[in-house]
Amino acid sequence: MTTIVTDNCKGCRFTDCVTVCPVACFHADDNMLYIDNLVCIQCSACIPVCPVHAIYADDDIPEDKRNWIDINAERSQALPTISDKQDPLPGAEERKTALGF
Amino acid sequence: MDAPGTVSNPLRVAVVGAGPSGFYAAEALLKSGQTVRVDMIERLPAPYGLVRYGVAPDHPKLKEAILVYAVIARLPHFSLLGNVAVGRDVSVEELRAHYHGVIFACGAETDRRLGIPGEDLPGSHTATEFVAWYNGHPDYRERSFDLSAEVAAIVGQGNVAADVCRILAKSVDELKATDIAEHALDALAESRVREIHVIGRRGAAQAKFTNKELKELGELPSCDAIVDPQDMELNAESIAELEVKSNFVSVKNVEIFRALAARGPTGKPRRIIFHFLQSPVKITGTARMEQLVLARNRLEGAPLQQVARETGETDLLRCGLLFRSIGYSGVPIPGVPFDVRRGVFPTQEGRIVDGGGAVVPGLYAAGWIKRGPTGIIGTNRADSIATVKSLLADLPHLAPETKAGAEVLGPLLAARGVRVISVDDWLKIDTAEVARGQPRGKPREKFTRVAEMLQCLGAS
Ligand SMILES: Cc1cc2nc3c(=O)[nH]c(=O)nc-3n(C[C@H](O)[C@H](O)[C@H](O)COP(=O)(O)OP(=O)(O)OC[C@H]3O[C@@H](n4cnc5c(N)ncnc54)[C@H](O)[C@@H]3O)c2cc1C
Ligand code: SF4
Ligand code: SF4
Repeated sequence: MTTIVTDNCKGCRFTDCVTVCPVACFHADDNMLYIDNLVCIQCSACIPVCPVHAIYADDDIPEDKRNWIDINAERSQALPTISDKQDPLPGAEERKTALGF
Repeated sequence: MDAPGTVSNPLRVAVVGAGPSGFYAAEALLKSGQTVRVDMIERLPAPYGLVRYGVAPDHPKLKEAILVYAVIARLPHFSLLGNVAVGRDVSVEELRAHYHGVIFACGAETDRRLGIPGEDLPGSHTATEFVAWYNGHPDYRERSFDLSAEVAAIVGQGNVAADVCRILAKSVDELKATDIAEHALDALAESRVREIHVIGRRGAAQAKFTNKELKELGELPSCDAIVDPQDMELNAESIAELEVKSNFVSVKNVEIFRALAARGPTGKPRRIIFHFLQSPVKITGTARMEQLVLARNRLEGAPLQQVARETGETDLLRCGLLFRSIGYSGVPIPGVPFDVRRGVFPTQEGRIVDGGGAVVPGLYAAGWIKRGPTGIIGTNRADSIATVKSLLADLPHLAPETKAGAEVLGPLLAARGVRVISVDDWLKIDTAEVARGQPRGKPREKFTRVAEMLQCLGAS
């Protein structure tokens, strides 16, 4: 079982996902977030709260986003955990609108 | 006298309830940078609240949230006072005397009622009772469920309903390697339930299941899931709802329902039958329930705000077993204001307020007893962090004197004959449960009586 963050997350940082995660398994760089699946309990709480549908699990992961499985695995190990809500990145609202949400 | 939170006057907080919200509150306090002592008071010898006694046994991965709480329980300056019920073994008055602040994280432990005739006929149960029983909750150990009826109904289309449905729909072989209570497994082995009707007030586009749980219901090895293709003819407002991009969970749910409608029965021994736009209005029967009367509904209102209204037509469903899963409600504790209508402790930013809206100094709430029974395990984390933030902001106004917390409470409880369970005691019980499970191939075999848990600690 795998839950991953994909490219829709770039530039958001609304971090609604982080506030519902029971085990604090989100990691962040300057751009976006990644899930550590060694810690994630696959509760899927983060999926519906993401305003831009960046998070997918298991067989719902679209074919063209499956490369994000490895990216999440690698990046989450290298980056610090974020466990609190953060201020959105500048332009986050505009990006959300541009993505059609 | 230094203010609470300093080395000479550590902040003493009692957290009432060892469920997710209690642990997240404890963690936020212990990591706040203040000098703080947290005593977690739990009425059962076993911690972890609904993660242990609510989350379904066949979802072991979800129960791993417990690993996070076990780490918190090991933090310095954290103590567990298990087997201590606030309101029974110790009063709120006493907690206020021995702590600077009290955070109630005691959950929503009772069911809301449907308020329809026949609700209390034998055979009609709440989901709470059934869930607590199959999870081995000591309060429900002596319950029994007559599973001799072939037709069962579940009222509600959320995740608790999905759990109850799976437990009824799965064969014993599918459940025996989980931590389901032994008494429940024995009773389920005798179950004659073949048909499970899952009844929702609104339509397929408004069902509250998560995608994952709905999908799971459609993929059970020994149970079909049946959707009437007619129910997938949605009204214009519901179709409009599915066009809203942020409504992707419902879009996916409808996709799953449509696939089930197209598939039809595949000849498995048991069947789940989804009903939409129906509300129970009456339960009839003589010695026990025999029939459920369902009102037909139509949807009214703008997209995403549609409500169910009865059309005046009714349907009859013959069934001998009913589980009502329509929400939980908190239980009052003497000395704490209670909002009867919402079933919660009334709060403002986590501070408990009285009927007039005035803050009761030193009392706070977090989790289900604060918000009502909504949200999943993780939702409680942000909620508890917010409550702790309010408490820390109040530090200058809290009682300035030093408080003794468990140092006084422990001996007081001992004098009252209460066997207080510490973290170390719990770890012994935990180890014994895991060992009991091993020969049966189960991750643990829970002790389902408080006396058994205490016994396993010996005479100490
Ligand atoms: C059937 C069911 C299935 C669920 N499944 C899932 C799921 O699959 N995934 C998910 O994310 N969430 C699930 N949830 C939701 C999740 O369990 C809750 O969000 C969460 O447990 C609420 O946490 P809490 O700490 O507020 O309350 P609780 O977990 O209820 O904890 C309250 C604790 O307080 C104790 N207590 C009560 N009164 C007193 C008193 N007077 N003195 C001392 N202690 C007291 C209780 O014994 C209990 O241990 C489920 C809930 C239910 C009911
Ligand atoms: S809510 Fe969604 S887009 Fe925003 S940070 Fe989380 S995953 Fe990224
Ligand atoms: S699925 Fe649950 S545990 Fe995993 S990242 Fe999302 S919220 Fe956290």
